Amino acid sequence: MTGGALIVGASHAGVQLAVSLRDYGYDEAITLVGAEPRPPYQRPPLSKAFLAGTADVASLELRTPAFYAERRIDVLSAERVTRLQLSPAAARGSGTALTDRGRTLAFDRLALTVGARPRRLDLPGADLDGVCYLRVVDDAARIRAHLTPARDVVVIGGGFIGLETAAVVRSEGKNVTVVEAAERLIARSVAPMISRFYQQAHTRRGTDVRHSAEVAEIHGAHGRVTGVRLTDGTLLPADLVVVGVGVVPRTELAEQLGLLCDGGVVVDEFARTSEPSVVAAGDCTVMPNPLTGEGRVRLESTPNAACQARVAAATLAGKPQPYTDVPWFWSDQYDLKLQIAGVTNGYDQLVVRGDPDRERFSVLYYRRGDLLAINAVNSAPDYLAVRKALASGTPLPVDQAAISDVPLKELLMRASAPH
Amino acid sequence: MATAVKNGVPGIVGECGGNLSCATCHVYVDEDFLTRVGPPGDLEDDMLDLGVADRRATSRLSCQIKVAEALEGLIVECPEEQP
Repeated sequence: MTGGALIVGASHAGVQLAVSLRDYGYDEAITLVGAEPRPPYQRPPLSKAFLAGTADVASLELRTPAFYAERRIDVLSAERVTRLQLSPAAARGSGTALTDRGRTLAFDRLALTVGARPRRLDLPGADLDGVCYLRVVDDAARIRAHLTPARDVVVIGGGFIGLETAAVVRSEGKNVTVVEAAERLIARSVAPMISRFYQQAHTRRGTDVRHSAEVAEIHGAHGRVTGVRLTDGTLLPADLVVVGVGVVPRTELAEQLGLLCDGGVVVDEFARTSEPSVVAAGDCTVMPNPLTGEGRVRLESTPNAACQARVAAATLAGKPQPYTDVPWFWSDQYDLKLQIAGVTNGYDQLVVRGDPDRERFSVLYYRRGDLLAINAVNSAPDYLAVRKALASGTPLPVDQAAISDVPLKELLMRASAPH
Repeated sequence: MATAVKNGVPGIVGECGGNLSCATCHVYVDEDFLTRVGPPGDLEDDMLDLGVADRRATSRLSCQIKVAEALEGLIVECPEEQP
């Protein structure tokens, strides 16, 4: 290719960026390059329906081949960009990319949507057959294959990936142990009472949840995993180990270009990197909190990938629009639908609505009386009301929100009614 | 929804991929097909109630409509805007 836009990384953010470029009227060539040997596909089902065997690979595709062709989006699969260079002598933002197939791709505009890689365990036995990660569809397929004959499954990591996997595996009747190094589950993202709720919900369904538990080594025989030994000496039998201990953003290409990185590629509210002609979006980035403009957050979610990609496309197309969407997220475990809106950082007060014991409740997070976020379990009306409130800047005062009998929708309508 | 999004039908977004978490796949089902398509489920009903700008009697979240022989020729109208 010569000229046009090059989007490095062909998953959620990359695809959305390509689509949005056309939506914003960008008419030059668009090349979307991805290292995986298949067209772009959805990630969330990998720890849910696909893992459970109720969705197949074909159903995961993000767009049909005809879709890309109609929009002149050239999708290159099984090709990895290994070197990036900007051309200081030419127009700002232009340069060349070298791929692992030895091809040189020239570009006028560059977007990095390279995502993150799963953090690997650095322990004896971590390379045994049957020790699996969960990031790409091949991982999920591998877990499925190991799962069918398995009896004992150990999940290392009690975050969303670990818990969604545990839920699928437990639902198939396997013995499941979740090993979490922190004192509580999902410690990075939710308040302690939500951690406690999930611990109880999983335990109630027969899963063994261990906190403050660290793995010392993984045992095996004939190259296959047989057990997991914890630092306290406990030996957990295991035919299958699934590891979900976080991700590490891919910053190598950004670093090659000399872009500022800090736990991810640093971008502003217009998805611009420290070289403003280059944008980045999705799991590889850190950005200011969209609601407060403060700090740096990494929003590891497909809604963020999509929103940030749209912002990045607008910037590249010369029609910049800041990231203003309210961050949101969902997680499905058993019959528990968790819906999250907003960002909880800095909360100093919680309001609980509904009944955690009936597995139907929501927790609203406040800071100095201002609504920050919600974690809703099987409580879509609360989730939607808070999402709307955050988007429109409508206050939902603590004392009023605390009355479970009054739907938040009513508070919203009252607050926005003309006086 | 899945078919619409993968094929680029404008007006149906499906941000959450069919997980009843976004309401951006909202459509109005043509009256002739309403009985065949059926009413929304409880969670879908909640999402429609608060999640969409202009809910009508014919509103459905298209991610919950499973394509089947009986729906051959289904016509839906997209709303002015998705949330």
